[in-house]
Amino acid sequence: MIEFQMPSLGADMEDGTLVEWRKKPGDIIRRGDIIADVDTQKGLIEIEVFDEGILEKHLVMEGQKVPVGTVLALIKPLKEAKNVEVEKTEGEVPEKREELEIPHPIIEKKPMISREIEEKTEMPRIKISPLAKRIAEENKIDYSKIKGTGPEGSIVKGDIEKLMISMPQEAEVTEPEVAEPEVAEPEVKPQAPAWDALRMAIASSMSKSNKEIPHYYLEKRMNMSKAMDWLKERNRERPIQKRLLPVAILIKAVAKALDEVPDLNAVWEGSLQRKNEINIGFVVSLRSGGIVLPAILNADTKPVDEIMEILNDLIPRARAFKLRSSELGQSTFTITSIGEGGADKIFGLIYPPQVGIVGFGEISEQPVAEGGMLGIKPVIDVTLAADHRATDGLVGSRFLAALNKYLQNPDNL
Amino acid sequence: MSKYINLSYRDALKSAIREALKNDERVFLMGEDVGHYGGAFAVSKGLLQEFGPERIMDVPLSESGFTGSGIGAALAGMKPIVEVMTVNFSLLAMDQIINNAATLLHMSGGQLNVPVVIRMGCGIGRQLAAQHSHSWEPFYAHVPGLIVLSVGTHEDARGMLLSALESPDPVILFEYTSMLNLEKEIPEDAGAVDIRQAKVLKQGKDLSLITYGTGVYKCLEAADILAGEGMDVEVIDLRVLRPMDEETFLTSITKTHRALVVEDAWRSVSISSEVAARIMEKAFYELDAPVERLCGVEVPIPYPKHLEDASVPQVYDIVEKVTKMLRP
Repeated sequence: MIEFQMPSLGADMEDGTLVEWRKKPGDIIRRGDIIADVDTQKGLIEIEVFDEGILEKHLVMEGQKVPVGTVLALIKPLKEAKNVEVEKTEGEVPEKREELEIPHPIIEKKPMISREIEEKTEMPRIKISPLAKRIAEENKIDYSKIKGTGPEGSIVKGDIEKLMISMPQEAEVTEPEVAEPEVAEPEVKPQAPAWDALRMAIASSMSKSNKEIPHYYLEKRMNMSKAMDWLKERNRERPIQKRLLPVAILIKAVAKALDEVPDLNAVWEGSLQRKNEINIGFVVSLRSGGIVLPAILNADTKPVDEIMEILNDLIPRARAFKLRSSELGQSTFTITSIGEGGADKIFGLIYPPQVGIVGFGEISEQPVAEGGMLGIKPVIDVTLAADHRATDGLVGSRFLAALNKYLQNPDNL
Repeated sequence: MSKYINLSYRDALKSAIREALKNDERVFLMGEDVGHYGGAFAVSKGLLQEFGPERIMDVPLSESGFTGSGIGAALAGMKPIVEVMTVNFSLLAMDQIINNAATLLHMSGGQLNVPVVIRMGCGIGRQLAAQHSHSWEPFYAHVPGLIVLSVGTHEDARGMLLSALESPDPVILFEYTSMLNLEKEIPEDAGAVDIRQAKVLKQGKDLSLITYGTGVYKCLEAADILAGEGMDVEVIDLRVLRPMDEETFLTSITKTHRALVVEDAWRSVSISSEVAARIMEKAFYELDAPVERLCGVEVPIPYPKHLEDASVPQVYDIVEKVTKMLRP
C-alpha cells in the first residue's frame, strides 16, 4: 500500500488543511492527477500525486488540518489493484466519477485499522471530548464540521448525538470498488489564505533567514543592450500575448549561470548540499500585499519561450492562490525582481534553506563607458545575496560573471 | 424501619469511642487532655469517669513520644486509640507514624502488624490561623502501609472508628473540628461501617461531584441547589483516601461523563490530583469534558473569617463551578 502524505510546499510549511478531496476511494489514480486541494499559508494548493493505483481510503477528512508528513490516504499500487481496475474501467466512466464527492460521514471499512493509523499520525486540533470522539468513531461520524457547545467550544457527546439524530441512516459498509455515487457538494471555491497566515509565513521564514543566515552581498551593473536587442528581434513577429519579457531571459540566464556555479544551486542543512535540478523560484507580489514563490522547474533545460509560457500561466494563478503542489516548495534558488517604475536595486533575503537570491532592479538607460566611448545603454543592477556559511564571495562573484556572460551572449541561452 | 436520632458529630464520635471501650478490653484512649479536661474538643468528656485512668490516658505534650507509645502498645497486643489533638501537631509524630507504624509489617517480613488507630482533629473553619488549620490528608494518603479514612458524615463519625479498630494495620482517622456541633439524623442502631469503599451519597446523571471531609455536606447542599436549577449531580464521598477506592468514582463517571473534585487541601499534589489522574488513566474515553477541581487556595490559611472562608471551596463556589461545566 502506498502512503500518500501531506506534502511540504516549502521549508517553512508546518501543516495544511485538507479542503477538498478530488479523488475518492475506488478512483483510479494516475501520475500527475490532482488528488486534493490543500489550504496552506500560501493559499489553496492543488496537490498532485506521483503514484499510480487505486485510492483505497481517505485517512484525513475534509476540513482537517494536519502536519506535513501526515498520511492523507492509502493508495493501492496498480499491480495489486489490476483486476479491480479492469472491472472498473469496463463498468464505469472514470471521468464522471471524479466529480463526485465522497459521502460523509466517511464510510470506513475497517475502523480498527483506521484507529491504529490515527494513533500513529497526529490528529488535527479539533476540540472534542474523549467520549464524544469515541462515540463519533464508533458510529463513523465526521465531526470535523460540527460546532461544539462544550467548554471552550469543544464538541461534546450531546453535539454528536444531535448530529446522529439529524442525519439520515447511511447504508452499511460499502465496498470501495463499487462505492455508491453520492450527491456532489457544491464545489469549494479557491480562497485566499487568511491574511494573517500569509503574513505570518513570510514573517517566520524571513526572520529565520535574517537570524540564521550570514548574508554577503555582491552587486554588478550589467549591460542589457544585447539581451534587449535579442528580445526585440524575437518579439517582432509575435502577437502581443506571446511576446517575451525580459524576465524570461533573466530567469534562463540565471539558470545557466547556476549550472556553471552549482554551489549556489544548493541548500544549507548543516552543510552545503547541491541540488541536481535547477528550479528557479521567483517572487510574485500579490496585489493585496504579501508574496508567493512559485518555481519554474528545470529552468536550465527549458527554452526561453517555454519559460515565458510558464510565467504567463503561473503568475495569474499565483495571484489567484491556485498553485499546484509541484509548483511550490521545490525551488532551489530564488529571483526577486522589482519590475518597472520601482527601485533601482533590490537586495534580497535568502529563502531558507536555499543559499542564494538574485535581485534584479529596473532596467533603465544609463550613461555607460565602453571601449573608450560614453554611450547611453539599457542597464540593470543585479545583486546577489548569498549564504556565507555555504559559499564565499569568490563563488558569488563567479556566478555574477557567468550571468553577465549569458546576458551579453543571449544566443547561447 | 429503624428509628432515627438527632446527633451531633461530636456525640457520634464519642459514642463510637464508648462502644469500642465497652466491646473490647484491649481498647484504650490516649492523648493530650483526653481525660481530666474531657478532650480539647470535648469529644471524650465524661469517659475518664466512666472507664478510669487506665483506659482514658492523659499524656504529656509530646506527639512523637506518645504516638510512639501507642504504636508500641499496638505491637504488644493492645488496641490503642491515639488522639493527636489536631492534625497540625501530627507533623511532630510523622516519624513514628511513617517510619514505624507504616513500615513495620514490611520490615519484619510480615511478623509484626501495628493495629493502632490514630485520630486527628483537622480542617479549617474555626479561625485558628495558618499553623492550626492544615489539611494533611494528602500527606498521609501518600504513604503505603497506612489506611487513611476521612470522616465526612455522621454515620461515619459513628461507625468508622469501630471498623478501624478491627483493622490489623494502622489507621489514620481524620475528624473535622468545624463539624463537631453539626447535628444530623442517623439511624439509632448505626454502628460499624465499611472502610474499604467510597460511597455514593446522592445519585445523579449529569456530573460526578467527588469529595471527602468537609466537602461532603457542602457538595450535598450544592447538589440540592443545583437540582432546583435542573442539574442532576451525583455526590460521592471518597471516605477511604488510602487505599483509594477508584471503582466507585470510575463507575460514576461512566454514567455522568463529567467530574468535579472538591477538597479543602491545597491544590498541588493533593487528593484531587490523584483522583483526576486516575480518571484520566482509566476513564479517559468516558470523559465529555476535562475533570475540574475546586481546592484550597495555595496560601497559608488566613485568620480573618472572610479570608478563611475564601481560602476553601464553599457551597456557592461548587454551584457556580458545576453550572459553568454543565452550561458553558
